[in-house]
Amino acid sequence: MRITDFLKSRNFVVGKILTTIFCLAALISFFWTPFPVDGVDIPNKLQAPAWPYLLGTDHLGRDVLSMIMAGARVSIAVAVLAVGIGMLVGVPLGLAAAANKGKLLDEIIMRGNDLVFAFPSLVIAILITAIFGASAVNAIIAIGIFNIPVFARITRGGALSLWERDYILSARVAGKSSTRISLEHILPNVMNLLIVQGTIQFSLGILAEAGLSFVGLGVQPPIPSWGRMLAESQTLIYTSPYLALFPGMAILLTVLGLNLMGDGLRDLFDPKLREARR
Amino acid sequence: MKQYFRSAALTTAVLLAGGVSLAHADSVTVGLQLEPPHLDPTSAAAGAIDQVVYSNVFEGLTRFYGDGSVNPGLAKSWQVSDDGLVWTFNLQEGVKFHDGTSFEASDVVFSLDRARAEESTNAQKALFSTIASVEAIDDQTVQITLSEKNGNLLFNLAWGDAVIVAPESIENIKTNPIGTGAFKFADWVQGDAITLERNAQYWGTPAHLEGATFKFISEPSAALNAMMAGDLDAFMGFPAPENLALFEADPRFNVLVGSTEGETILSTNNKMPPFDDVRVRKALAHAIDRQAIIDGAMFGYGTPIGTHFAPHNPDYVDQTANSDYNPEKARALLAEAGLGDGFTTTLKLPPPSYARRGGEIIAAQLRDVGIETEITNLEWAQWLEEVFRGKDYGLTIVSHTEPFDIGIYARPDYYFQYENADFQELIAELGAVSEPEKRSELIAAAQKTLSDDYVNGYLFQLAMLSVADSRLEGLWVNAPTQASDLTSVRWMK
Repeated sequence: MRITDFLKSRNFVVGKILTTIFCLAALISFFWTPFPVDGVDIPNKLQAPAWPYLLGTDHLGRDVLSMIMAGARVSIAVAVLAVGIGMLVGVPLGLAAAANKGKLLDEIIMRGNDLVFAFPSLVIAILITAIFGASAVNAIIAIGIFNIPVFARITRGGALSLWERDYILSARVAGKSSTRISLEHILPNVMNLLIVQGTIQFSLGILAEAGLSFVGLGVQPPIPSWGRMLAESQTLIYTSPYLALFPGMAILLTVLGLNLMGDGLRDLFDPKLREARR
Repeated sequence: MKQYFRSAALTTAVLLAGGVSLAHADSVTVGLQLEPPHLDPTSAAAGAIDQVVYSNVFEGLTRFYGDGSVNPGLAKSWQVSDDGLVWTFNLQEGVKFHDGTSFEASDVVFSLDRARAEESTNAQKALFSTIASVEAIDDQTVQITLSEKNGNLLFNLAWGDAVIVAPESIENIKTNPIGTGAFKFADWVQGDAITLERNAQYWGTPAHLEGATFKFISEPSAALNAMMAGDLDAFMGFPAPENLALFEADPRFNVLVGSTEGETILSTNNKMPPFDDVRVRKALAHAIDRQAIIDGAMFGYGTPIGTHFAPHNPDYVDQTANSDYNPEKARALLAEAGLGDGFTTTLKLPPPSYARRGGEIIAAQLRDVGIETEITNLEWAQWLEEVFRGKDYGLTIVSHTEPFDIGIYARPDYYFQYENADFQELIAELGAVSEPEKRSELIAAAQKTLSDDYVNGYLFQLAMLSVADSRLEGLWVNAPTQASDLTSVRWMK
């Protein structure tokens, strides 16, 4: 796979550009935003987009552009950590299940996964934050938990076919334990799958964070969040529609970018499609 | 053929006009934000109950009018003994409860005894604390004997918590309220609406409306859409002040801006360090810019207050200058209290937008003088549990909507945990005095004490913001008590 392959995939390029823009915005917001993010300034409230407030100000006079930049940081942080939890727990579970295919451990892991999977993801998240209180940490844990079965399944699925390969057989004959085989041979070969799935889960994580914040169960004020910005703009939609438009666009473009990138990666990693392209 | 079309068009026009006027002539659909938990105003604190049944379904011996005055209700007149302890009430004649049973003095005795009983769950038992006994002299006469003079008796009896209920129907009062009012309870679709219908046997002036439906819509944007779509004829206590301009610009609607009894305050946990230091509380007061909060959270609706008292009350004393916006002074006071580097506290916010938005503004203003706040947004049930009952908070924002409730500061177990023996004495004295001048003096002194002690951050008097179809008249503009009195509401011809 060469770098030119990546550049040939239009999906990947567009997705990568969109994602990079938002990651950059998030990074820049750490040391610079046009206005202070929590700068309540009542006399300047509800200014329509114009210089110096490029995207306008909200009902408390805060600069929307600054809030979207800082909101990107929150969205990305929550999604990265949530996907991280999902991977850290889900991947070992999937590997263990595949290594013990058909045995009791496999059954326990996979039925447990089914149980978590059976609940609608956002409902679990709402349940967790409602019980333990609304905060960024609880939102991360909540979103992370419903990422676990996704990664466990995809890892197990990928690993099962690998366990039938000859080189695994020879490793077993050589006396390697199934744990070592899982880590040294199986894991590197399911990495592609995990990266593609991770990108897609990442975008779902951003959506979930926005959803939780929309109903007030995500990060708490004054930390800005795209979901809360949308919620707060609801009653102002007739008078100041831009307040809903910009955070909505931010969510849309980020999720679109991540999905396009995920699609592009999948195509690139798929050997059949790669052959076809050559 | 042409003739045919013309007459058809004419008929349609007539039908349409007839249909429209019919739909509007006899009933009204009123939006409210909160659904009541049940319908007995005498056994729970929820103002949402009174919002539906006060004066519509249940009546008391006296009743509030929209202007806040106290008027005869089921009692048509009364006499007081010279020592002020024995009150004799003459009851209205020919009054029947909605189930057909007649209203008599024994019902008054039953209702008041039930409300003030030891095991009663009445939310305002203090209203009845000076009543020693209630007796029926004959069917039309009730005598209330007081243990000490009480200048507030007629006012107290007008509250929704003091309405008259019947022993025959008390068992199912929570789901099937039977009162004496101009409207009868008809139906309750939980989670959606309560329907009332006109009481044809009403003893007084009958209601103009044939029926009324209260629809419960908690979401501000849904309330806006329902009004705009014409699903509602009125919304009492409209939750989104930012949208009133839209209604004002639309000739279909009237915007009613009045006052409530709601003192909106930054409640402070007076027992929790560092708020047990009056200098810190004073610093809080000077760090807050009331006008910015009124403009930012309420879009300009609301009157600044400097103590726990309603500005439209004739006894109000303007104490706002005592806690004017002065961040310099706030910083100096904090430094004096040994907190020059600032401190961190919690700010727990219930759902109304005055609290959520006001909270973000106050957090920014406090940060400016070095006080960091951790904001937590709570639902009402959690707020009642953690803050009101649990007293687990540093700061919170809430509107105290009971009329004339300055007496809560005399209760050290109340959630702001303010303990001041002098103040408690003032309130005790006030309860025993009925001369208007002396009362005014005591009320003024009480207001000044609260202001000088900086018990809480006093923000603004909550405005009563309602939206109604412009053809509807007779709705309350102000909210002297929580109520949606529809008894004199009608459609203009």
